[in-house]
Amino acid sequence: MTSRTTTPGFLAIELDGAGWDGADITRAALAAESAGFHAATFTDAPAPGRANALQRAAFAGPVTQTIALVPEVDTVYTEPFHVSTQLASLDYVSGGRAGWIVTAAESPEAAAAVGRSSATGVALGQEAATSIEVSRRLWDSWEDGAVIRDVATGRYIDVDKLHYADYETPADFAGAGYSVKGPSIIPRPLQGQLPVLVPASLLGEVPVDAVDCVLVSAPTAELLAAEVRDVRARVGASVAVVAELDVVLDARGQAAAMRAAGLTASDGGRAAYAGTADGLTDFLADLLTEADGVRLHPASLFVDLEELGRLVLPELRRRGALRPVVQDGTFRDLLGLGRPASRYATAAAASAANGK
Amino acid sequence: MTQHTRAKSDIFTPSGQLQFGVFFQGVNSGTIWKAPESGSQTDFESFRRIAQTAERGLFAAFFLGEGLRLREHLGRPHALDVVGRPDAQTMLAALAAVTRNIGLVATQNTTYNDPADLAHRLASLDLISGGRAAWNIVTTDNAWTGANFRRGGYLDHADRYRHAEAFVQTAKRIWDSWETAVGPARRVVHEGQHYTVDVTARLPRSAQYRPVLFQAGDSPEGRNFAARQADVIFSAHPKFDDAVEFRKDLVERSVAAGRGANAVQIMPASEFILAPTAEEALEKKEWVRSLQIGPQQAIAYLEQFWGRELSAYDPDGPLPEIDPVVEETSETRGSGFHGAKARQLADQWRAEAKDKGLSIRQFVTSKTARLDSTFTGSYTTVADQLAEYARVGAVDGFNISPWLIPTGLDDIVNHLVPELQERGVYPTEYRGTTLRERLGLETPVRTADQAAEAVQA
Repeated sequence: MTSRTTTPGFLAIELDGAGWDGADITRAALAAESAGFHAATFTDAPAPGRANALQRAAFAGPVTQTIALVPEVDTVYTEPFHVSTQLASLDYVSGGRAGWIVTAAESPEAAAAVGRSSATGVALGQEAATSIEVSRRLWDSWEDGAVIRDVATGRYIDVDKLHYADYETPADFAGAGYSVKGPSIIPRPLQGQLPVLVPASLLGEVPVDAVDCVLVSAPTAELLAAEVRDVRARVGASVAVVAELDVVLDARGQAAAMRAAGLTASDGGRAAYAGTADGLTDFLADLLTEADGVRLHPASLFVDLEELGRLVLPELRRRGALRPVVQDGTFRDLLGLGRPASRYATAAAASAANGK
Repeated sequence: MTQHTRAKSDIFTPSGQLQFGVFFQGVNSGTIWKAPESGSQTDFESFRRIAQTAERGLFAAFFLGEGLRLREHLGRPHALDVVGRPDAQTMLAALAAVTRNIGLVATQNTTYNDPADLAHRLASLDLISGGRAAWNIVTTDNAWTGANFRRGGYLDHADRYRHAEAFVQTAKRIWDSWETAVGPARRVVHEGQHYTVDVTARLPRSAQYRPVLFQAGDSPEGRNFAARQADVIFSAHPKFDDAVEFRKDLVERSVAAGRGANAVQIMPASEFILAPTAEEALEKKEWVRSLQIGPQQAIAYLEQFWGRELSAYDPDGPLPEIDPVVEETSETRGSGFHGAKARQLADQWRAEAKDKGLSIRQFVTSKTARLDSTFTGSYTTVADQLAEYARVGAVDGFNISPWLIPTGLDDIVNHLVPELQERGVYPTEYRGTTLRERLGLETPVRTADQAAEAVQA
């Protein structure tokens, strides 16, 4: 057993497979939370029967207490203004537990649905980068404390604390350039800025300083730790590195290999673990010495979630490999990120706030 | 007292029943933020409290509005009113988890959305909530709001309903495109003037077939649009005589559009100021108005028509003698005032205020107090009034804007609802499970021909 030299890590779980029914979404989110997962993610890749990810995450908000809720939201065929306000709203309905997995839709079908020609290559990363920048500006466009409710002067808001984002796409933007005026139509999110999670494939066009977490994939489980180290070297210590892992466990008297054969293969490109709960525990304990977190993609949501909660997470916790779950904590708290001041806050206001 | 779904007919038949909706406005001068009991406009708990109170009162629907650019006053965001609200569908998806029965109505703009994307998100909300979702269809035509969107979004005023209608028809085709409730889906293709869609829907029909459609336009084009496309119209005509007139007009349009006389329901926007006695209600009304239109709001209201700073004027004195600086009124952007000639208007208002002996504050209160949409009185007299609406079928219900968040429905649910139930004009339990069933609306029927047409058109 490797002796731990780094801080304990966190575990996220993809909740795809719960479907669109409210009762099933609740059941999955509560199972993930009580199993001790730190974060639940919601894929939005187009598939028959898959409801909007951000709404599934919002539904899970009021029924959970501690788990971070992190939907995928596309940046290519969406309006950055809507994306920003929807994510800020998710932060409100979850009490500061929202995050954003940035995706850039590649499929021609996604483009055809909205009557646009499809974006490829560099354009995908640019779309992601500009949409992130718009969201971040809009989240800051209401400074903290902009709602003052000052009866004496009759002012509900302090207009000096609201700011125009005045975003314009850069000259080398491959798609149709656009601008976004602002301010946002919702006050600053509870976390100030939502944690932004980006797949490693979009880094480059998406600058590292726009990112809080990078999602790292490798073709096999054996290569995953090395890939994590490579990405770590690129992004430095200030960005959390999260390894992606498909999981199928021995469960309900069936060997993982048997179960895997009967299940549809994952959407590809991810390392996979198939085997016993004990083996997975050891594998994750090792991986978490390199990665800040691991996101698990269970082969069959409710079956594997049960095994993970019963056998894997308790043992990892016993070994000190997992961060404690913080009551009333935000997603930023979990990631060890402070609450940033708005970029528009005046120097005077910022220093006053820091002095508190 | 069961309200049956009424068969298609050219003759309007009153249901004899009323339904309530609640409109959590979030941006306006009608919500009092200055009282000690005024709660947060953004915390989830405020929304949960209002929605759960409404559900206790058997309300059919919980409405959220949408504004996609902050109102401005003299070139800066407007500071005096409640402002800053969550995204409608995100909030409603969360509320779906803490409510069981109430309909969830999202106001969403056709100008700044794509039909395939919006149809998918509304279908998601409908499925997640077990068939309780509705879409309040709005359109915007100004480039000022479009400055927040990559598509820009300027439309000719005349064009906006044509665009909206093509949008709604496309959304309906997407919702109709699953061959059976469990699939498979067929491809929907639309090539139009404003957008192109080529999509295979990912979600099946919900328990109520598809989201219920609300619409609020009041111009002749807006009314015709509602008559052709909507299930419920969120009207601006709650006053009895106007409501009767509006019903007549809408029935004619609806029959002319080939739908039955009962096809479109009417729920006017309204405000209730209630108390055990008439005297107490009037006292309460004065208190409410004084907090809705404070001295600063009164001055700001005039400033948007005068186009200049008027802060030197006494809110309790007469209207300003100086003239407006612009020919066209400089509107508080986004609030919907358009185009009156400023000078002419100022002369007219000065004369009116002088004639009635009104101060600036009194005058502005009289202009903004929604005199027509407020029901003030004792629980019993207001219940009697409403029963008359139900008896003649002037409306199908009321969409109530509470002036206090989050306690603004308590009076209505605790006192008015029981009075209405005693009079036999208000539900005593939730019927069915979907919003469509609650409202007594017909389930859309999808014939084989329509199925084919839905895909090919």
